[in-house]
Amino acid sequence: MKPVLRFIKNSAPTEGIRCQILAMAIAVLATCSTPQALRAQATGDLGLVVERASGSLLVVDQSDRASIGRITGLGDLSHASLVYSPDERFAYVFGRDGGLTKVDILAQKIVRRVMQAGNSIGGAISDDGRLVAVSNYEPGGVRVFDTDTLEMVADIPTGCKTIGLVDVPGTKFVFSLWDTGETWIADLSGDAPQITKIPGMGANPYDALVTGDGRTYIAGLFGEDHLTALDLWQEHPKPQTILPGYAKGREGLPVYKMPHLEGWALAGHDFVLPAMGQHEVLWVDARTLKETGRTATHGQPVFAMARPDGRQVWVNFAHPLNDTIQVIDTVTKKIIHHFEPGPGVLHMEFTPRGHEVWLSVRDAGKIMVYDTGTFEKLREIEAESPSGIFFTARAHKTGL
Amino acid sequence: MNRVTLILAFTALPAVAGEPDALALERLVRQDCGSCHGLTLKGGLGPDIRPAALSHYKTDTLKAVILDGIPGTPMPPWRPLLSDSEAGWIAEYLLTGESP
Repeated sequence: MKPVLRFIKNSAPTEGIRCQILAMAIAVLATCSTPQALRAQATGDLGLVVERASGSLLVVDQSDRASIGRITGLGDLSHASLVYSPDERFAYVFGRDGGLTKVDILAQKIVRRVMQAGNSIGGAISDDGRLVAVSNYEPGGVRVFDTDTLEMVADIPTGCKTIGLVDVPGTKFVFSLWDTGETWIADLSGDAPQITKIPGMGANPYDALVTGDGRTYIAGLFGEDHLTALDLWQEHPKPQTILPGYAKGREGLPVYKMPHLEGWALAGHDFVLPAMGQHEVLWVDARTLKETGRTATHGQPVFAMARPDGRQVWVNFAHPLNDTIQVIDTVTKKIIHHFEPGPGVLHMEFTPRGHEVWLSVRDAGKIMVYDTGTFEKLREIEAESPSGIFFTARAHKTGL
Repeated sequence: MNRVTLILAFTALPAVAGEPDALALERLVRQDCGSCHGLTLKGGLGPDIRPAALSHYKTDTLKAVILDGIPGTPMPPWRPLLSDSEAGWIAEYLLTGESP
């Protein structure tokens, strides 16, 4: 509005009325053309909740603990995840059916949508926000898209199911191959992708994580009694066995849902990782990658997520114990709270500073908000079969 | 199996002793088999388990796979959670694509 005011000031008195009319006209035009500026809403405390069965996203406000809208028409969202643009306005949603959808969380609508594969399992956004990569089971591989247009800019076929896709600094993506036990690093900083293949990660990597500094990539293995780490700061990263033989001499328990390693937990100096086929979480020193402890849990852990300050780790469980949450104190590594929010607790998301946590309780059709200090339930929000909860603060974190 | 698990199993599938509860089992197939095979059963980390993909299976063989799993693969044994008749119901449901 500044130029208009200056224009009026500089006008001679005889031209006053004409100028005022002109100024009003400009003001009206400005109102029409820049509604965003006049009705500005910040996105820093917003988020999206995946409603898996109905193919919709609930737009939520973390500070108001409220749902503020719904975006529909996103296809099969079972096991869907999403990432945010650096300005926290757009989300890129990776559907199970191969759909890649760009949504505007301010306008609460779909901006673009492409069917990029037949069956996919998550994605990542590059550090510069220019590219989104999607990990596909069918056809196996990774496809990379321009975040503005959703046009494909690179196709990286692997010939098999691709899992554990993460972004790391330098406009690179790292992912692993279920069938061949390889990890590939795709450097997309240049015109054509440069691929580095690292064999020997171990049998059947099922998921992977990268630390917030982008340095350590850890793959969980279905077919081995250990996990494998890579130091991505090395010029030639080599697979390093961690937690060797963690289940040795013990009967493998049935796993009714594979653990997730995204949403990695760095609690103080330790990582916390869900064991596979054992009802426990495993603690690993982040620097030496040596085991520092184990905590027995209620069931097969699915997510073990650290509160952002690292003082607590919240754990949920596979079917049929998925009505329960346990909270572990990271100093003593002991369970300090055990409760049953309701049937089908699928996902947890902390507020960026960790004072509250949101839980999706699928079969109750509710999101439940808890105080992480007192464990008091603060709010229930209606949602249709909610699964993943994603706050926009993820936009500024590597590997989420 | 501990007591908590037993109670939960009974809560989820109230018809363990008698006739299989079709609604509860259909939900189990979609939501829990769906963890690996996809909500639409067209496959994920686990293979496609829609009728066409399973047509080479006899009902009893498929029931045995459900109850005992496939060692060396992520397919777990469901025997701790399902009765014989429930596994039979699921096998039939998967092979025909409809409630038996």
